[in-house]
Amino acid sequence: MALNNSLLGWRRLVIDVYNDYNYYLDLAVPPGGPTTLVFFTNKPRKRNIEALKTVLRNAPISSRNQMVKDAALNVVMQVLLSMKSSQIEEAVNALDRDHLDILMKYIYRGFETPSEGSSGQLLAWHEKVHAVAGVGCIVRVLTDKKRV
Amino acid sequence: MPESLSFGIDPITAHAWNKDRTKLAISPNSPEVHIYHFQRGEWKLEEVLKEHDLKVTGIDWAPNTNRIVTCSADRNAYVWTQSEEKKWKPTLVLLRINRAATCVCWSPLENKFAVGSGARLISVCYFEKENDWWVSKHIKKPIRSTVTCLDWHPNDVLLAAGSTDFKVRVFSAYIKEIEERPVSTSWGSKMPLGLMMAEFSNSTNGAGGWVHSVNFSSSGDRIAWVGHDSSISVADASKGMAVSVIRTDFLPFLACLWVSENRLIAAGHGCCPMLFEVNETGKVHFAGKLDASLKKETSGVSAMKKFQSLDRQARTETNDTSLGTLHQNAITSVCLHTGNKANATKFSTAGVDGLLAIWDFNNLESAMRGLKFN
Repeated sequence: MALNNSLLGWRRLVIDVYNDYNYYLDLAVPPGGPTTLVFFTNKPRKRNIEALKTVLRNAPISSRNQMVKDAALNVVMQVLLSMKSSQIEEAVNALDRDHLDILMKYIYRGFETPSEGSSGQLLAWHEKVHAVAGVGCIVRVLTDKKRV
Repeated sequence: MPESLSFGIDPITAHAWNKDRTKLAISPNSPEVHIYHFQRGEWKLEEVLKEHDLKVTGIDWAPNTNRIVTCSADRNAYVWTQSEEKKWKPTLVLLRINRAATCVCWSPLENKFAVGSGARLISVCYFEKENDWWVSKHIKKPIRSTVTCLDWHPNDVLLAAGSTDFKVRVFSAYIKEIEERPVSTSWGSKMPLGLMMAEFSNSTNGAGGWVHSVNFSSSGDRIAWVGHDSSISVADASKGMAVSVIRTDFLPFLACLWVSENRLIAAGHGCCPMLFEVNETGKVHFAGKLDASLKKETSGVSAMKKFQSLDRQARTETNDTSLGTLHQNAITSVCLHTGNKANATKFSTAGVDGLLAIWDFNNLESAMRGLKFN
């Protein structure tokens, strides 16, 4: 028959593999990153702040593996860019000084690789973190040998 | 209102007072050292000391023996003594370093001084009477990078050094030729020359910055340092070398000074001296800004005042770039003026703006209500 057999390939797809849940899992699994799995399995809107805290607490600062760091950066970017502007201030007030330093490092790293609309959102984050942690926080981003 | 003296437009890299605070030695970012004398109500330039070839990086004036020591980027240090005609005569000190000297400090008894350098070592210099010259001994291990700041312990033997390898170290600078064996202190009992008594890191998890200034408290038990990561730390030898750090919200500090056993001043790129306090448990916390009296009026300025200030400063735009603090640029050094480290009433700050300001705690008390100065 004159059927185009290449178009029948879709019958062999397992559609469950491609829903949001598993897609993010594939992207964001760094070696030794069970915490990222936990984050993405329960990510309703009101747990955003918890997600941010988890991700900052487990930030791979001491790691030498650049891929681990890049993967962590992607996760953090997703959290930062998905939060609404109104939630930013509440999130920043919930963090302590060390986490604010790490967050500022991620903000600057996020500036380095801008995506559509990301810089504007990151600037909003930068303003709120600066209001709480002052210029000292920015100085520590510049002087710290361990990059995020 | 702090008293301020302007020495032109050049930054003041270092300053030192004589014993009764009538004379001042400053270096205006050049190979010269200017000596000013307070006569009849104003500061007059008395003499210019020109011996160094490159920028002078440190000056210290020994109050009791009236000698000035200067060190410079030209790898030399000179000890200046005043002759009968009141002229200052230099004596070269052989430091035996192959990099610039960065800082110099007389010991409390003024029989020796220490010079930090980019050669990754500290030269401890003393006067040898037999040959009539200054001799230096080196402290090298385990310093791995430029020594940026020094301070002596009150017992005249221990020396604290901050360095660009993010560490603060306490060494013994005991010179057996000129002094008796020291008694044991909270830092240790055996003190041969060059022994490292303690080492503190300005970095946790590899963070941290260069150590800009280090200072022993009046009892010698506590040591404070400031780093380029905007942090200020205090270590207490009497509490088992416990360290308390705060990472501040301000720009990094460049100088720190104890003004009582529990209070310390830090000043730097923020152009404003800050007061920090150490409580009973040994934790350091921020106590206040000492430049609170000079807030610029931002809102409520009348139109006439605005145009008047435009006219006076020959500006055409309305943005005023002057800072709200007395110093208009970074403060590079802080010196005790009146009192001692156990109880200071006045201290002086000098900055990159060419200004030297003398701050009086009695006047500042009213600006800082709620803080008791004892």
